[in-house]
Amino acid sequence: MKSTRVAMIVAVGVLLAIGASTAAGSTRSGKKVTISVASLIPGSTQAAIKQFNAQVKEFEKRYPTIQVKPVEYQWTGPSFAAKLAARTLPTVFEVPFTDARTLGDRGQLANLTPYFKKLPYHNKYNNAVIAEGTDAKGQVVALPKGAYAQALHYNRALFKQAGLNPNKPPTTWAQIRTDARIISQKTGKPGYVEMAKDDNTAGWILTTLVYSLGGRMETGTGTHAKATLNNTYTIHALNMLKAMRWTDNSMGSNFDYGWSDINQAFAAGKVGMYISGSDVYTNLVQAYNVNPSTYGVTTIPLANNKKVGVLGGGTLAAVRPDAKKAQLAAAVKWLDFFYEQPLVSKKQAIRNAKTLVANKQPVGVPALPIFNRTQYNLANLWIKPYINVPVGQMKPFLNGIFKQKLIPEPEASTQSVYHALDAVVEAVLTNKNTDVVQMLKQANAEAQAAIRQGA
Amino acid sequence: MNTVDQPGGPALPSERGPSRSYATPRRTPLTWIRGGGLSAFLFLLPLLFVFGAFSWFPIVRTAIMSLQHTNFVQAPTWVGFQNFRAVWHDPLFPVAVRNTAYFALLALVFGYPIPLIAAVLMSEVRKRRGLYSMVAYLPVVIPPVVAVLLWKTFYDASATGVFNTALGWVGLGPYPWLQSQQWAMPSLVLESTWANAGATMIIYLAALTSVNPELYEAASVDGAQLLRKVWHITLPQIRGVLLVTLILQIIGTAQVFLEPYLFTSGGPANATLTVMLLIYNYAFGNSLGGDYGKATALSLMLAGSLAVFSLVYLRATRSWSTR
Repeated sequence: MKSTRVAMIVAVGVLLAIGASTAAGSTRSGKKVTISVASLIPGSTQAAIKQFNAQVKEFEKRYPTIQVKPVEYQWTGPSFAAKLAARTLPTVFEVPFTDARTLGDRGQLANLTPYFKKLPYHNKYNNAVIAEGTDAKGQVVALPKGAYAQALHYNRALFKQAGLNPNKPPTTWAQIRTDARIISQKTGKPGYVEMAKDDNTAGWILTTLVYSLGGRMETGTGTHAKATLNNTYTIHALNMLKAMRWTDNSMGSNFDYGWSDINQAFAAGKVGMYISGSDVYTNLVQAYNVNPSTYGVTTIPLANNKKVGVLGGGTLAAVRPDAKKAQLAAAVKWLDFFYEQPLVSKKQAIRNAKTLVANKQPVGVPALPIFNRTQYNLANLWIKPYINVPVGQMKPFLNGIFKQKLIPEPEASTQSVYHALDAVVEAVLTNKNTDVVQMLKQANAEAQAAIRQGA
Repeated sequence: MNTVDQPGGPALPSERGPSRSYATPRRTPLTWIRGGGLSAFLFLLPLLFVFGAFSWFPIVRTAIMSLQHTNFVQAPTWVGFQNFRAVWHDPLFPVAVRNTAYFALLALVFGYPIPLIAAVLMSEVRKRRGLYSMVAYLPVVIPPVVAVLLWKTFYDASATGVFNTALGWVGLGPYPWLQSQQWAMPSLVLESTWANAGATMIIYLAALTSVNPELYEAASVDGAQLLRKVWHITLPQIRGVLLVTLILQIIGTAQVFLEPYLFTSGGPANATLTVMLLIYNYAFGNSLGGDYGKATALSLMLAGSLAVFSLVYLRATRSWSTR
């Protein structure tokens, strides 16, 4: 009898304890968690901001305990480094493919592995893409936002004005040169323009050119990689630019365009052709209200040898390493909702597309698959009725891109390699008498030193 | 043997009977407080704190970091003078030093005399001097970033750019301005002179008011024209101010950052890469986290060079400035 009473007391005690702990748990889970997230780039249109805020509202409705604070964000090398050092990055931020692994190895990104494995679609990712967000220990430190292939964007109106057929964009570098000269002569606008700023973009575009001719900027991996900036293909690419700039005079008079500036100039109708990521149309609409009827895009012409390919890259979304456990969980929910669900869930894909269309934002911008090809095709099928970009004008790219070999950016010290090349491109475009070989030799030495230091 | 015990030695204060009454009373903490020492200290505290936190602490931290390798995330490691050696052997270091010296030289040749000439001319003006002073000072009031953006459009290298259009009217140009390795640095100096001349001119105008007008009257009686008056009266009379503004300008131009950063990012092909911009690039040029050790090492090298230069300059010009 006594033992029964004791047992009952213990049982009641246990039940009370469970009740108390459950109550405490619900109190804890009921507490609001605030995360800041990278939103749009500064200067985005009101419609784009409205569309983003609508998504935040929907997320907060779905997860009432999470409060999302959007923060304007644009990844640039110097601003990212400063924010990283000052620890002022938002809880969720974006980094290019080139940086995530190294940042992860240095403990500068949160480990997302346990959360990643719980995502129902985690095994559908394109392995090469998810590898970009996996550190040396095999920890997933970033989830893909999108992937791009470099493309040749062109102004259809200027093509027409110059007497060229905008439905037949150039398919060789020789044609690009000829068309650029014709556009320049007939319209007074630069026929072909390149990013040539000292912010790594000049090096990025030159690397694209070199890949398309069959060259590479380095061999090997890590700090043992060998810089090969001064290969014959780079010399050929620079001489081609030199001829377009100084012989043809088809590149205009401004040679300090960065990523945003060149988009702005293109949207303003001041550029005939330029190279940038295939997904740049989103920025052209969101920040510069490009006239869709003037936009055209095609693949980068590839030379005729076995090593040619198109430079591909992408963006990953990551979380600050100092995020608290609750913030980290909330951040992964945002990653899932904002970046991944529109690509894997029909309901979310359609809802997202509807919101974008309602706010006059582009749906159907050419991008490369971050999931397997089946999933990619499926997602494209879901949003087909909502596509509002000029798909017909994008056909030259869409028809050709999957036939091209995709080559990732230089793996070792990518930004330093690009930076070393910046000065060479600038020199070629601003000084007629530039000694290309000598400058490349110096750039190669700089890049090699950076690779050795792991910088 | 104690020297004070020696016969004929100097008398100790205690031996000077009458002087005892003038001896300072013994200071105790209480007398210090009563004398206002505590309140003075309390008033001093915020200043000490602000100076300590925002001036001296960063300097000490910079000195420490220059001997470390750090990325602000992992624990820093001591590397001795390795950062200094790395900076010294960086091929961009001599380029940056050369460019900075070139900027300083151009600013000295063109930027230094202009405010002086403007001030002298303005001091001769009898009517609407306030209006002219305001117009001359206006560029100083415009935020530097806005000014640079404005000038960037002026410097548009196409034939339709503002400057090129104006020069085209007289059959000149178009010039490449910022798009040329030869033209970029002089273009920066031109904007910098426009932006900063007003502040120096106001200093000169103030200094000119201290010149005794009787000297000019005497010179006029002797038949001296404006140039002779400036050479023989104005310049000698304000030489102290001239020397101070000269060293301030040299120190300022040695630390030029804003113009090359905003106009050209150091380009084209490093033609406008200055020492300060190189420091910035070391720290923030790489998205994966900068080389803060090298950045702080170069900062110390620049600060040290300027300190030595200032010392030599002040010693060399001491007699001239106080004569």
